[in-house]
Amino acid sequence: MATEFRLPELGENIEAGDVLKVLVAVGDVIKADQPVLELETDKATIEVPSPVGGTVRSLHVQDGQKLKVGGLILTVEEGSAAPTAMKAPTKVEAARQTDVKADAQAPVAAVAAKKEEPRPAVKAAERPAAPPAPRRAPLPETPPAAPPPPEPEIPRVAAPASPSVRRLARELGVNIDEVPGTGRDGRISEDDVKAYVKMMMMTTPAAPPTGAPLAAAPLPDFSRWGEVERQPMKSVRRKTAQHLAQAWSTIPHVTQYDKADITELEQLRKKYEAEAEAAGGKLAMTAIAVKVIASALKVFPQFASSLDLAREELVYKKYVHIGVAVDTDRGLIVPVIRDADQKNILQISVELARLAEKARNRKTTFEDMEGGVFTISNLGGIGGTAFSPIVNWPEVAILGIARGRMEPVYINGLFQPRLMLPLSLSYDHRVIDGADAARFLRWVVQALEQPFLLPFEG
Amino acid sequence: MNKESSSTQVAVVGGGPGGYAAAFRAADMGMTVALIDVEVNPGGICLYRGCIPSKALLHAAYVLNESRHAANWGITFAPPKIDIDKLRAWKDGVVRKHTGGLGQLAKSRSVRYIQGYASLTDARTLRIEKNGGEPERLSCEHIILATGSRPATLPGFPKDSKRIWDSTSALELPSVPKTMLVVGGGYIGLELGTVYAALGSEVSVVEMMPGLLPGVDRDLVTPLAKRLEKTFRAIMLNTKVAAVKEENNGLRVKFEGEAAPAEERVYEAILVSVGRKPNSAIPGLDKTRVEIDARGFIKVDGQRRTAEPTIFTIGDVAGEPMLAHKASHEGFVAVEAIAGHKAVFEPQAIPAVVFTDPEIAWCGLTETQAEKENRTIKTVRYPWAASGRATTIDRNDGVTKLLIDPATERILGVGITGVNAGEMISEGVLAVEMAAKAADLKLTIHPHPTLSETVMEAAEVFFGQSTHLYRPKKK
Repeated sequence: MATEFRLPELGENIEAGDVLKVLVAVGDVIKADQPVLELETDKATIEVPSPVGGTVRSLHVQDGQKLKVGGLILTVEEGSAAPTAMKAPTKVEAARQTDVKADAQAPVAAVAAKKEEPRPAVKAAERPAAPPAPRRAPLPETPPAAPPPPEPEIPRVAAPASPSVRRLARELGVNIDEVPGTGRDGRISEDDVKAYVKMMMMTTPAAPPTGAPLAAAPLPDFSRWGEVERQPMKSVRRKTAQHLAQAWSTIPHVTQYDKADITELEQLRKKYEAEAEAAGGKLAMTAIAVKVIASALKVFPQFASSLDLAREELVYKKYVHIGVAVDTDRGLIVPVIRDADQKNILQISVELARLAEKARNRKTTFEDMEGGVFTISNLGGIGGTAFSPIVNWPEVAILGIARGRMEPVYINGLFQPRLMLPLSLSYDHRVIDGADAARFLRWVVQALEQPFLLPFEG
Repeated sequence: MNKESSSTQVAVVGGGPGGYAAAFRAADMGMTVALIDVEVNPGGICLYRGCIPSKALLHAAYVLNESRHAANWGITFAPPKIDIDKLRAWKDGVVRKHTGGLGQLAKSRSVRYIQGYASLTDARTLRIEKNGGEPERLSCEHIILATGSRPATLPGFPKDSKRIWDSTSALELPSVPKTMLVVGGGYIGLELGTVYAALGSEVSVVEMMPGLLPGVDRDLVTPLAKRLEKTFRAIMLNTKVAAVKEENNGLRVKFEGEAAPAEERVYEAILVSVGRKPNSAIPGLDKTRVEIDARGFIKVDGQRRTAEPTIFTIGDVAGEPMLAHKASHEGFVAVEAIAGHKAVFEPQAIPAVVFTDPEIAWCGLTETQAEKENRTIKTVRYPWAASGRATTIDRNDGVTKLLIDPATERILGVGITGVNAGEMISEGVLAVEMAAKAADLKLTIHPHPTLSETVMEAAEVFFGQSTHLYRPKKK
């Protein structure tokens, strides 16, 4: 018996992904739960296993293609019997050669006859110098008609839809070729067009009045100035662009800067470095910062809140899950450390190492990235003196860490070399006042400068 | 110099099937509309000197031919007496009735019909010269140019000869010449040649291409060509007229080419039917941004808007195919675009009909085009020899074929040759527009016995299971 295997539900809000690699071929014998393809969804790459075993009879996906939930992946012939290829019924004679000249114009079917050209009117001199005013109001410079849609490029075989459905799509501003048809062999109905429009409206956040929507003004032709290459946006890039554009355009951002003297902390870090390594972690500044922030959020709970504009409420979270931005070859990924407040720095460093490894191996799951209340982005490993991070909506604050460096600090009448760590806190000014932000960041600085405070106050 | 002055939202220049359809639609959508044409009533070439009068005469020709054809079934008539004046009057009556009706329709819709010649003063102003009276200055928010086309002429033919006709003069039915040469084996020449042959002329056709109806799929032309070989005195293919000289008793013609007769021939009349040219030399067009392409067509976008945003162009003057029904639909698109709708002219199929006997009709993709574009298609043919209905009318000279996309089994094109092919093609147009599949035509019950069954049976041929046509299965 043949079983169709379609892409199952993958998680909340995941509707589609890019097929990275198809792992089986037609004719392969597969076992139940054997992965058949690698799918890159919004932020995670997953292996999709087949629920049944058998022989792969047909394959409906290929590398690089977009696959929606419910999309047909393959057909499996259950049992070991060799598949019998379904042959299409014999079709009748092929196109016959014709001897006609192909360059002739398609003839037309109406008899028509002579019509004289409209006669030239009068000589220019006879035209009145000042034309009489028209009865109607002056005509506008630009006629009040819709601008012409771009000339449609007629595909070799047009989308399977009736003229009225094609017209509806045009009226709604939808390219009929992009509408998935639910009818037999993908036939597109009026309802399909409406559903597509609805889907587009739900997945594309409404452009805020002041923000820059993702779809921007038309680009110039870059090739005029030199060679260019175009690459499709990967799933991660698409999601990042969409997410950050929305955060940037909806959140009134302010960034607070400060510096922490981590001379003592660095000595402690070096002292315990080996211990962390033995446990499988890396005692990085990020791990320490996660612990410091977890403590700070206990003192300043509004920094772990979210703004519910619809209900005009602030949502305070009683859990402390902290996201850490990880740089991967596919782009930015933010896995989350759960209950950071209940873990010690050693545990956090081990977990961080594990999550980073997972992200770089494209194994991050949706669960790994959900539920953060605050994000830390540490670019110190690369360098830089300071930067302004963008709040990871629906969170309300984010801490940026740049590279620590030795600086002369005036202490007790003397300049002394101290290791200073530049910090920047971007926050949602709708939720957090500037004074609170300054207090929060001061608290973080002091915690780093006097690690003793952590167990004491945090 | 106190010229009459007025304004309108939409002015349509040219009252043919594109122009009047656009004007009526605009009025139905609530716009104020002016329609300008030189004739007393709307109708244009199609009604006055094209589709309608030629079809009236072709109907007469059909009846004449059928009366002779009836001898096959034991019915004979005395040779017909043809009263050419009465026939002409009847044809003129058909035209009058139809154009008069359009005039009434314009009135009922409050479309202002202006009889006169229009020229452009600028992108929003027309100057209309009327028969007598001051010229009118008409301010327009939008102008739709629907000036149509005219018969192309050949150089080297005697000028002002009463014996040299174009389609317009031939449709006036001045006389029935004993001998007639049709120059150009396209649809106009073959239709009018058919009329005059039925009325008693000895008709010869000369065509410089290797076949009649250049551009049409050969298998569709073959049944017609076979019949015309009997109807016409001669069909000279790959042949041209080298010289024409007017003499007292006719026109002396020298031919050159493959089928050229050795000696010169004399004809009482010559019908020149070598295509049509767009009427784009509209006075004052140079005062606008409207652009014209190398072949003389006005350049338009998908909405039929020209490079001048206030000016739209539809019909023959906007490009091939030069067909009345294409013009009307372009008119609807232009008017809807003016009204602010996102209308675009993008039909999947525009039907074309040659009203000869048998008729030839096709729509969508043709084999000729598929070959040119190197497209893979499956073509299936159902010969009318297997049609019961065709046999009952003693006209098995026909074929119905479908062009099918092998991947999707969609109907991409339909071609029909046979009696009434022009009426039958609409099913094909609907199939192509609706993205119907071969199975859809096969599963649609067609009434028996009709010629329309051939469409269904052609679809059955695709599946190797036509009821009335047995073809051994291919391996």
